[in-house]
Amino acid sequence: MTETTRPTTAAQMISDAVQDPKERRRYLGLMDQIKSEGLGANMAIVPLDAAVNWARESSIWPMTFGLACCAIEMMAVGAPKFDLDRFGAGAFRATPRQADLMIVAGTVVYKMAPRVKRLYEQMPDPKFVMAMGACTVGGGPYYKFGYHVVKGVDKIIPVDIYVPGCPPRPEALLDAIFRLQEKIDVQRNLKIRYQGN
Amino acid sequence: MALTLKDIHGKLAAKFSEKVFDWLEPEAGDGWIEIEPLAWAEIAAHLKADPDLQFDYLRMISGVDYSDHIQVVYHLMSYARDHDCVIKVKLERKDPRVASVMDLWPAADWHERETYDMLGVTFEGRDELRRILLPEDWVGYPLRKDYEQPDEYHGITHW
Repeated sequence: MTETTRPTTAAQMISDAVQDPKERRRYLGLMDQIKSEGLGANMAIVPLDAAVNWARESSIWPMTFGLACCAIEMMAVGAPKFDLDRFGAGAFRATPRQADLMIVAGTVVYKMAPRVKRLYEQMPDPKFVMAMGACTVGGGPYYKFGYHVVKGVDKIIPVDIYVPGCPPRPEALLDAIFRLQEKIDVQRNLKIRYQGN
Repeated sequence: MALTLKDIHGKLAAKFSEKVFDWLEPEAGDGWIEIEPLAWAEIAAHLKADPDLQFDYLRMISGVDYSDHIQVVYHLMSYARDHDCVIKVKLERKDPRVASVMDLWPAADWHERETYDMLGVTFEGRDELRRILLPEDWVGYPLRKDYEQPDEYHGITHW
């Protein structure tokens, strides 16, 4: 498992999000000013992107959705022993309209594929997809003779994180959640939208 | 009293004579009786109704593609007599057809639908013979030896 690089303090968030040293000093100076006025416990100044990303990555809500045996491992990750809730990602939603993350856990067959696609389309943006297990990564054991298996869920929906394994260990799924958090953490959606690249 | 496969074959042969073919008891696995496909409906009814046989339970129906013919296999069992037997019917590969036994053993419903789904065997004399596992618009019967995988299904490419 890799060490997660998620920021835990405002100063870290600033140094992660702001590359320009002059800008960074300005933010850190503002933080010092707030602290000197005794408001440091209640207030922080960080770029909006960093604040939004921090909120998003700390409350990834996956969809309650399992297709095959990988879903058993996913349930183990949600249960107390591995406790996905520690990372804010344990609130499995029973509807795609409240979910941020689709963990495609299990074999996607042709009969299921249109349903998976529809569920993905019903999720609100920003949304992320995790292909969990060999079957969803590329057909897995059904690659050669599985007449009924879609050879990778990325044939029907875009995938952010691939988790290999048959099935992957719960630790591997946790690691994938951390990778997703890192991926969310480096997004600069607002900056791109209002300032351009 | 439970009957052996030889006894069951003897009873069937006595009643249906040439419509009941040979029987075989291999060293390993279940023995079986092969019968004439066109006589399956009446033989099945007899297997269930005859007081000495009383096959009141259908364990399963399966199909096998042997490239030159298609075989449908019935595993029957009797709770009343505590014996079992396997019936095999050999069908034309071109248009495999055999009588349905759904009215005798309701369990045959899904098994016949699955055999139809995978091998394209038509079970006659029952309603609603449609696919059970694959989507209804699927092309072909995947467990046939000459099955050709469609290149795509609803825009999803296969390879």
